[in-house]
Amino acid sequence: MSFYSLFYKEVFRVWKVGFQTVLAPVLTALLYLLIFSHVLAQHVEVYPGVRYTAFLIPGLMMMAMLQNAFANSSSSLIQSKITGNIVFVLLAPITYGEFFAAYVLASMLRGVVVGIGVYLAALWFAQPPLQFPIWIILFAVLGSAMLGSLGVVAGMWAEKFDQLAGFQNFIIMPLTFLSGVFYSIHSLPSFWQELSRFNPFFYVIDGFRYGFFGVSDISPWVSLMVTGGCMLGLTLLSLALLKSGYKLRY
Amino acid sequence: MLPAIDVRQARKCYGQFQALDGVDLRIEQGEFVGLLGPNGAGKTTLINLLAGLALPDDGQLSILGHDVVKQYRASRRVLGVVPQELAFDPFFTVRETLRLQSGFFGLRRNDTWINEVMHHLDLTSKADTNMRRLSGGMKRRVLVAQALVHKPPVIVLDEPTAGVDVELRQSLWRFIQQLNREGHTILLTTHYLEEAEALCTRIAMLKRGRIVALDSTQNLLGSLAGCRVRLKLAGCLPAALLPHVVEQTNSDYLLTLPTYQALESVLAELRVAGVAVQEMTLQQPDLEEVFLRLVGRAVQ
Repeated sequence: MSFYSLFYKEVFRVWKVGFQTVLAPVLTALLYLLIFSHVLAQHVEVYPGVRYTAFLIPGLMMMAMLQNAFANSSSSLIQSKITGNIVFVLLAPITYGEFFAAYVLASMLRGVVVGIGVYLAALWFAQPPLQFPIWIILFAVLGSAMLGSLGVVAGMWAEKFDQLAGFQNFIIMPLTFLSGVFYSIHSLPSFWQELSRFNPFFYVIDGFRYGFFGVSDISPWVSLMVTGGCMLGLTLLSLALLKSGYKLRY
Repeated sequence: MLPAIDVRQARKCYGQFQALDGVDLRIEQGEFVGLLGPNGAGKTTLINLLAGLALPDDGQLSILGHDVVKQYRASRRVLGVVPQELAFDPFFTVRETLRLQSGFFGLRRNDTWINEVMHHLDLTSKADTNMRRLSGGMKRRVLVAQALVHKPPVIVLDEPTAGVDVELRQSLWRFIQQLNREGHTILLTTHYLEEAEALCTRIAMLKRGRIVALDSTQNLLGSLAGCRVRLKLAGCLPAALLPHVVEQTNSDYLLTLPTYQALESVLAELRVAGVAVQEMTLQQPDLEEVFLRLVGRAVQ
């Protein structure tokens, strides 16, 4: 019940500012789609028989999911810490596991809703196939959980809004933009190809895209292992920090 | 019977600053206890340890027998805390805030009690108002309501009347006293010493992280405050009595005496000196006097 109330609170909060939390990221993703597909559609064919606009859609969906899952848990935590209302959660008999689950599941929900929103809106531009829906669901769930967990860590660590903005601008944004959202890593010089393999977001997006087209830069099983491993690592880190009361219980 | 609050040798350091230095405090069920001390004495730190908002470096703290660290879920279920800081969630209305808080404590369909709490705190008309739109006093009422939403048997109020109007103070104290009569244990910190004096049956005084006094309010007033006597004399005060003077205007003197018995020797001294007493007024001791004496500095 405590978990459900905290989860409900987090979802209710997102719902109350739905324009900002759901519609705005959908619109941003559509603008990317509109501009990049208009500029590059005639010049680029990443996979044989796949239009560039269609290729872009899974990447933009996953980018929106990752960014919004991260934003949800991290911004909720930092706002609560700075305004002081985190105290109401800390005073309640909520276990650290429930705390983690509520924040991460709410983040996942927002991420997936935004992702579905991007997909539905993008259908007007192109209709990517859905070759393996189970892979799509798997990577959507794991990717948003991974970033929801990272958001919990960042939200706990940050003491000011600009610290969180720094985390978002200097870590999350570069990792998402350089993860193959707009291109296949095979189109990159070998140095950058190798470097991309150290970016966990690349595996999330590549595996997710495999679910749509049945084609990917690397084996979806490798992507699954890396994504699952990162998610597990961040989950354990979040739980350890929450258990210790890191920057929450002084 | 289990104590409502049991603190044994609680210690807490923040860097070099020793916020709590071996505090022992036992509060029985049904008591109304005041926790007083100057700023930085450790009052809020002690409350934070009880509430689990901070973790003790050493010592044991329990609420109704539940260890606040090892059995934190059980201890938090029986504890309601009104925090000092005026915090609120700007996304929700008053009713939503209280329903969510109730849910955090595992209580669904708690509207009957929520309505009663809102009624007692005069919040009913603001039930559907967003928290952002409330005045400071109203927000403070919601803080109190949030602490009471799960009907905790032990209630800790950390400066609940700071910055609120007289009307709220009175309605709040009526409600808290009613809860106390119904068996709830109350621990109160306040800078309004007259409130503590009027409400609390026992007083604990903290100074630099240590309990420097812990007794019933009457005993503290009786044993530590001594008395003040205002004298209008026909002549000058004998030199032997000058150390007792705290105020003088012409032949009016205000003397502080350690006990009522000391008054006899003052009068004897005046008789020996041949100084007639024209007027004499005894002043009742108050908690402020005790506080000043124990803490040794001006009340904030």
